[in-house]
Amino acid sequence: MENNQQNMTGSWQLNCPIEIPAETDCVTLAHGEGGRLSRKLIQERIASVLKNEFLETSDDAARLPRVDGPLAFTTDSFVVSPLFFPGGDIGSLAIYGTVNDLAVSGAHPLWLTLSLILEEGFPLMLLDRVLQSLAEAASSTAVKIVAGDTKVVPRGAVDGLFINTAGVGKLTEPVPPGPAFLREGDELVVSGPIGQHGIAVLAAREQLQLDPLPHSDCGSLLTAVEQLREALGDRICCLRDATRGGVAAVLQEWAGSSGLTLSIDERCVPVTPGVKGMSELLGLDPLHIANEGTMLIAVRQGAGQEAVSVLQSLSKTADARLIGSVKGRGVAAVTVKRTLGLEQPLHDPLGSPLPRIC
Amino acid sequence: MKYLDEYRDLAAAQRLLDEIRRVSTRSWTLMEVCGGQTHSLLRHGIAAELQGTVELIHGPGCPVCVTDQADIDFACQLAKRPDVMVTSFGDMLRVPGSQGSLLDARTRGGQVKIVYSPLDAVELARRQPEKQVVFFAVGFETTAPATALAVKQAAQYQLDNFSLIVSHVRVQPAMESLVESPENRVQAFLAAGHVCTVMGYESYNRLVERYQLPVVVTGFEPLDLLEGILACVRQLEAGETRLENCYSRAVQMAGNQSAQDLVQEIYQISDARWRGFDLIPAGGLSLREQWQQFDARVRFSDSSLPVILNSECRSFDVMTGQLKPTECPHFGKQCTPETPLGAPMVSSEGACAAYYRYAGV
Repeated sequence: MENNQQNMTGSWQLNCPIEIPAETDCVTLAHGEGGRLSRKLIQERIASVLKNEFLETSDDAARLPRVDGPLAFTTDSFVVSPLFFPGGDIGSLAIYGTVNDLAVSGAHPLWLTLSLILEEGFPLMLLDRVLQSLAEAASSTAVKIVAGDTKVVPRGAVDGLFINTAGVGKLTEPVPPGPAFLREGDELVVSGPIGQHGIAVLAAREQLQLDPLPHSDCGSLLTAVEQLREALGDRICCLRDATRGGVAAVLQEWAGSSGLTLSIDERCVPVTPGVKGMSELLGLDPLHIANEGTMLIAVRQGAGQEAVSVLQSLSKTADARLIGSVKGRGVAAVTVKRTLGLEQPLHDPLGSPLPRIC
Repeated sequence: MKYLDEYRDLAAAQRLLDEIRRVSTRSWTLMEVCGGQTHSLLRHGIAAELQGTVELIHGPGCPVCVTDQADIDFACQLAKRPDVMVTSFGDMLRVPGSQGSLLDARTRGGQVKIVYSPLDAVELARRQPEKQVVFFAVGFETTAPATALAVKQAAQYQLDNFSLIVSHVRVQPAMESLVESPENRVQAFLAAGHVCTVMGYESYNRLVERYQLPVVVTGFEPLDLLEGILACVRQLEAGETRLENCYSRAVQMAGNQSAQDLVQEIYQISDARWRGFDLIPAGGLSLREQWQQFDARVRFSDSSLPVILNSECRSFDVMTGQLKPTECPHFGKQCTPETPLGAPMVSSEGACAAYYRYAGV
């Protein structure tokens, strides 16, 4: 427990901007033992905020209506520290993360499940904040949380709160064929400035005194994906939200699937001055830093500029840019043209980026 | 971005490259002292552009790479103690000691935490009086003032649970030791701009006069480096040896006096063991006697470990300009960032890491 520490009075100090009064009620092990307190926690604090027709029944499984056509199914776990950071929190992250995974897979998100793993002593007030944020994110993307689970573990077993979500979506035609079907000449687009989430979380976790504070790009890509698909149809080959490992990890994965070389120009990749400055200072490469609401799109030759125009018409993706193209396999799987024009290999990130000494 | 983009201007860089080629009548061998400069030269393709005109060889200027393996082993050993938390800068965590790195120690249950300033380590010690917080103080003259300040702050708070593993090293003695080596190939130095920001650069006059070498204080952006290289080449072509400052926007002749005073108050110059170099006379700093209660080696004198050196790593040859990283038989084979034989492959300023990351395609 490095980030969320119990102070001398027994209440919680978290690296987040929310002040927690000492007398705040906390999660106890009894909240997770299935009795009256568990029911009260679920009914009064969780279901009441996330309410919908599926959660009203107390069945062990949600009974869902028939869906015509194939489905997509995904799951993700969220263990971010700190739980609250400029631009987002673990609650909105848990919804947007899963919604984005479905959206970039070619599916329209329908239903989500929600599992909360709570640490004994976690302030209920913070749980309320997380649930409120989660409910707002679900509402903004029109997905319904149809089933869930809550566990409480002894103090020290988790870092405050871990969340798992799983999501089901309906695949919509044309389903993007995926990176294995990339071709030479295909074009690569990024939906906005990169590295914002990783830098925002790092600055919040390490309490780096930055002015202005970097903000995460945590948000939904659903509208952008839907508009893009409507405009470009089968000219979209693949989409991927560039989360852990950043843009470099997505490019490496696509290069691996396709057997081709993916080549980008660093000078075309949008990076905010804050992220650029922090990256220079800490010796990090923005191409390796995590995003939570920014995606890469590969489109067929000649469709790149149209994709950029569609994305730029939306506020969330107003800074979209054409950043590169797909080539025949060269010496390196992924290459980047750096500032002065020299083409270099772009490697996979090696673990989490570590800041340098000087 | 202000102070960055204007020093990466492509047309200006091209003009400087052309000028360097124009004034060079033969190939000159320059050494950039700092690892940050090595990365910049490779990242921006300057070393490749100047091939045949200027050979850039890479100096010992990565404090992480030259940190003695015995210090890393000591830090790892302390991290395993349940009462100790070892803190350091991110770079230091992946560097292998004889029995693994600090990250390995953390995986096996040791307490290791990245901090961004030595003062953060002092704060950790204040907040957790039941823990012994050890700061692994690595770095050249650039980081020494901050660790000196941490010692003063710990004394002010009367902390008896804060200490340092001092591995600070001094650049100039290493440069002199290189020039004195019979294998020396260096014809001019690009001196590390950030070290000069703190220490000034007057002391390099001794190097210039004694060894008849041009020394040019140089920054880190492409135009800074190209201007530094051009200044060296012009001197060499004219048969001159001078001390020049091409980084005047950051560096003054006298440096930062208050930072120097602080270092002087807390540390004394001492001989130091550099990884690969062995002992360099006056090559490091150690705590003065009155601050020795903050020396982790004094506080944990019961912890000692035999040092097993990795004989396969050719880092000494790389850091003295004898061997290009790509000429090392282990480069990219047994030795990669995932399986490093030595620090230059994992440090963010290591020459081998720079070649691995930026080698042209």
